[in-house]
Amino acid sequence: MADSIFRVNMSTLSCTVEDVPAAWAGHGGRGLTSTIIAAEVEPTCHPLGEKNKLVLAPGLLSGTVAASSGRLSIGAKSPLTGTIKESNAGGTAAQLLARTGCKALIIEGLPKEDRWYRLLVSQQGVKIEEESELVGKGNFAVVEAHGQRYPGKIGLITIGPAGEMKMAGANISVKDPDGSVRSSGRGGLGAVMGAKRVKFISIDPGDGKVAIAEPEKFKEANRAFSKALVDHPVSQALGQYGTNILINIINESGGLPTKNFTSGQFAGHEKISGETMYDTIVQRQGKPKHNCHPGCVIQCSQVYTDTAGKKITSGFEYESIWAMGADCCVDNLDHIAEADRLMDDIGIDTIETSVAMGVAMEAGVLPFGDGTGVCRILKEEVGNGTPLGRIIGNGAGSVGRAFGVTRVPVVKNQAIPAYDPRAIKGIGITYATSTQGADHTMGYTIATNILKVGGSVDPLTKEGQVELSRNLQIATAAIDSTGMCLFIAFAALDNQECLPALIDLINARYGISLTGDDVVNLGKYILKTERAFNTAAGFTAVDDRLPEFFYSEPLAPHNVVFDFTGEEIDTFWNF
Amino acid sequence: MRLTVKLFAYFRDHRFSLAEEEYPPGTTVGDIVDGLGIDREEVGVLMRNSRHCDFSLIPEDGDVLAIFPVIGGG
Repeated sequence: MADSIFRVNMSTLSCTVEDVPAAWAGHGGRGLTSTIIAAEVEPTCHPLGEKNKLVLAPGLLSGTVAASSGRLSIGAKSPLTGTIKESNAGGTAAQLLARTGCKALIIEGLPKEDRWYRLLVSQQGVKIEEESELVGKGNFAVVEAHGQRYPGKIGLITIGPAGEMKMAGANISVKDPDGSVRSSGRGGLGAVMGAKRVKFISIDPGDGKVAIAEPEKFKEANRAFSKALVDHPVSQALGQYGTNILINIINESGGLPTKNFTSGQFAGHEKISGETMYDTIVQRQGKPKHNCHPGCVIQCSQVYTDTAGKKITSGFEYESIWAMGADCCVDNLDHIAEADRLMDDIGIDTIETSVAMGVAMEAGVLPFGDGTGVCRILKEEVGNGTPLGRIIGNGAGSVGRAFGVTRVPVVKNQAIPAYDPRAIKGIGITYATSTQGADHTMGYTIATNILKVGGSVDPLTKEGQVELSRNLQIATAAIDSTGMCLFIAFAALDNQECLPALIDLINARYGISLTGDDVVNLGKYILKTERAFNTAAGFTAVDDRLPEFFYSEPLAPHNVVFDFTGEEIDTFWNF
Repeated sequence: MRLTVKLFAYFRDHRFSLAEEEYPPGTTVGDIVDGLGIDREEVGVLMRNSRHCDFSLIPEDGDVLAIFPVIGGG
């Protein structure tokens, strides 16, 4: 079937199905969400107001059988950063949305009345219905009730109480094949969905299928692509230990932000490490290996259980474990797992909220290391929207302002994740220059700075970092358009056959003939489009800086500061 | 010379997480890896005192050597 744009207007409670404009036809995923937002959203608008739009787009390969292609991009102007935003997640929604023929779902306007709605997406378009039963409910209750109401393989995209309360840390959750959730975590997109009064989006593609222009070529390319992924040792290690394998290596490198970014190593690292997590899961008969969407060959997810074998959480990621663990000095993996489950249920970003908790600990709201205190605050304060809960739920910057803390690790008001930019300088360039606030996934220099994938650039010197971050940010913007998981990048950086096979997949899907240069140009176009939006929203080069303390407080054990001048950072944009 | 050797991920299987070992002067990091029965091809990252190093480095008394397989995440 021909792809269309599904447009929902919440002001008039109407939906249209539109032809895809020529300028959007070659885009998918992040490239499409950012193109649409740049074209249709006033950069100076209030993120929670009528003029902002929430755009959901499957990637160029979503809905096909291409390995690991199930990422859904969601974009808007961010209530956390004030910049353009794209956040992508796994789960089943991208594949199902593509199969309805929806190239992008645009949600615009605001309802006039004090009511909540659900959106039902099918091949025919979108039905808007009033929702009352699930309003105020956590994500897991929504998943369960949705499964009973709409049996079968129906996709679900939902917000929890944090999104309903329009907290700037609120995420959007996507159901995975086992009834758990994956999240478009960063930038408060759940608050935009909450402002539009959409509690959940249900996706039923019926018999819809994605058309493949050249099926034989597609099959052949997918074989080569899957092999490149499966053969790479990083994919194998991700399957066994999950992303949390990074705790020990980042700690060893001296770049594991600890106690609200006051040290680069955490004494309790071994207790929260990927190795300990793996042993614990095996001992408790949980699942160390699990896929977040059908067709993923990497399977970095897992199911973490309690001592009785009952599931606590899944998709238990390094960044979440670092933030709640080392940054808050909590060395009990069960407490961290419980906090992870609570945040998934409330529908709030685990990175933003946990870093906010670390700032709150520095402010004396609770002691460092108090894992049970963290869980209590999440449940009673954040989940119920008390004044303290809203201060924390609005992110690390919000906590810093409320309590007068100066050591607040944010860029463009978004919390810095699990790699200290003083000891791993390339990632500092990414945090500073990213179009979306501090985000490791925008240009993951850790691969080359620490893991020695795709070459080697010393993490402690300035040389080569700007170029490294630039190349990775360009490549990432392109990969984020395909619907591919970013973890394919490890194989793509090392295996000569991986990237050409990916391009062959796109060409066979659409009957086109993209080259490697086209893909690089796509990445550059996306970054420049996003930056132009931010400039029009009022951002300047001065916003591309790290917080003051990174320049003045040396980080142990290497006793280093972030020492790039503003002019050096600004050379990032020389392309 | 006395070194602290740390192993990670599946390199720990049937070996150890952390050990203090005595080595003759002049021993290279590569010799230590070989002596542990670890295939050099499987080694992703080597660090001496939290700094990256390679197989040819000769550690000094009291150094901490960390040996990782090829891993990733993020």
